[in-house]
Amino acid sequence: MGRLSGRLDDVTADAGYEDHPPRVGFFTDTSVCIGCKACEVACKTWNSVPDDGYLLTGMSYDNTQALGASTWRHVAFVEKSSEVSLPVDLGMPSMSLPGADPSAAGQATESGDGVVTWLMSSDVCKHCTHAACLDVCPTGSLFRTEFGTVVVQPDICNGCGYCVPACPYGVIDLREDDGRAFKCTLCYDRLKEGQQPACAQACPTESIQFGELDELRERADARLAELHEKGVDVARLYGRDPEDGVGGGGAFFLLLDEPEVYGLPPDPVVTTRDLGSIWKHVAMAAAALTGVGVAAAVGRRR
Amino acid sequence: MTPRGETSMVPPPEFESYYGRQIIKTPTWKTPDVPLYLFLGGMGGASAVLAEVAASSGRPDLERVARVTAAGSAALGTVALVHDLGRPERFLNMLRVLKPTSPLSVGSFILAPFASLSGAAAASFLTGRLPRLGRLAGVGAAALGPPLATYTGALLANTAVPAWHEAHRELPFIFAGSGAAAAGGMAMVFSPCAQAGPARRMVLMGAAMEIVGAERLLDRIGLVGEPYRTGRPGRLMSVSRSLTAVAAGATLVLGRRSRAVSALAGAACVGASVLTRFGIFEAGLASARDPKYTVVPQKERIAARERAAVGR
Ligand code: SF4
Repeated sequence: MGRLSGRLDDVTADAGYEDHPPRVGFFTDTSVCIGCKACEVACKTWNSVPDDGYLLTGMSYDNTQALGASTWRHVAFVEKSSEVSLPVDLGMPSMSLPGADPSAAGQATESGDGVVTWLMSSDVCKHCTHAACLDVCPTGSLFRTEFGTVVVQPDICNGCGYCVPACPYGVIDLREDDGRAFKCTLCYDRLKEGQQPACAQACPTESIQFGELDELRERADARLAELHEKGVDVARLYGRDPEDGVGGGGAFFLLLDEPEVYGLPPDPVVTTRDLGSIWKHVAMAAAALTGVGVAAAVGRRR
Repeated sequence: MTPRGETSMVPPPEFESYYGRQIIKTPTWKTPDVPLYLFLGGMGGASAVLAEVAASSGRPDLERVARVTAAGSAALGTVALVHDLGRPERFLNMLRVLKPTSPLSVGSFILAPFASLSGAAAASFLTGRLPRLGRLAGVGAAALGPPLATYTGALLANTAVPAWHEAHRELPFIFAGSGAAAAGGMAMVFSPCAQAGPARRMVLMGAAMEIVGAERLLDRIGLVGEPYRTGRPGRLMSVSRSLTAVAAGATLVLGRRSRAVSALAGAACVGASVLTRFGIFEAGLASARDPKYTVVPQKERIAARERAAVGR
């Protein structure tokens, strides 16, 4: 049993690998996401993830809705009308004609008399340092790979469903017709071939960056500093901090609003951080029940 | 804090969300499989304890009921648990590894021997064969009974489901109390008053433990306790508590004298125990479905941390 919470610099070694490649992950920079959903499509195609229905949701351009057993990348769309436009070039590829008004670049666009600010973000399994799904899995189907990622082994999963409510981000789910749990594997098969995951490969704007986690964190810090310098004070990193409730994500994000606006929990904590207290209270209650039995025995003889 | 049952004058907490969608997933555990399993584990575990009390004080009628209840609950509970799996044929994968971080793994390693031992004890008692071995099996089941009745508290609490996780201190006690009341109740229904003394005492102590546990829970956990008070789970919880209290009162006053009251009160205890499990189970589902219970406490945590950092 590895460490259950707090900072953990070598999660792969903690999981028992002696010799292992560096931990890898995703840095998803949502400030340059254009909402093209190439990641969703690439993921579905590469991993042969089955179709999970097509619903018109009325949630902006998001008909995918949420991560789930058959959705391992999910692009969230938030449309916010605001009075002021963002006069900032976020440094993303411009879709406008050469010489067009540069203020229309970035995630803001003029429409009618208002300005719509677009928030788009491609969400994915966080491959937590302290992964609740893995901790609670009774069969050992969920495991930590040599790359430090968290993967389900479908040949072992018995569909108990414990990982589903354990994940603080609502990532993993059971596939109904199949009965087993599925989620992003960070393209374990591609990693083993030295390739990058399909979504990162397909992303045209480098919103999804794949790499060694340490390096990604440095890149993210630099990007955040750059945005702050340009006056984009709303920019923040989410899941980057190795001291946070899940010990930092293997996949982390640069966001332009509060996490909950994107459907992310603002301060997720791995449930097993409280495991000691949980088992202690079970032990005390079990002792109390034994005590009830003993007390019931010593009453009057009738 | 607002007194329970009254509507709060404080406006509901403001929070943002992604189109009002829930953040965590709703548990996929099925109803009635899982709440019934929680109930059967509690009643069965406590019945194994009661069976030993009966055996060591020479109450064969009480012992019979308790042994059969323990074995029957374990068998039915196992069926419910296996039926809940997405891949039932792979149930044995539960016993591939023993993981202390997974209450379901630990629970499987409690349930499997409990089911065998309580089954052996009941078979031996009913047939009169191998009485010594049977008794030994009964003692083993009685040792595993309390962990079986209480680990389910950890099973629910060790999740991101707000109403369950925040209740991790009280859930095992509520389950232990509710299990004792159900075991005692079952025995009161099926054994003569003259032998049911220990069963009555178990009902009284169990009911007290369950009610005190539930009260403490509601006083302690604030906003995420709301699902235990409102809607369908709230009604289930409050009916269960009233039923338990009335049944315990009847047991105390008339349990020794009236066979009819004894049977009725006992049945009420069993029913209340079922309602408690459904109430707690459904309160968890409700707290998973509403992003409020995930977002608001987490925002408060962040704010508290920021205040502490400024104060330093
Ligand atoms: S985000 Fe959820 S599914 Fe992914 S590793 Fe963390 S706990 Fe597991």
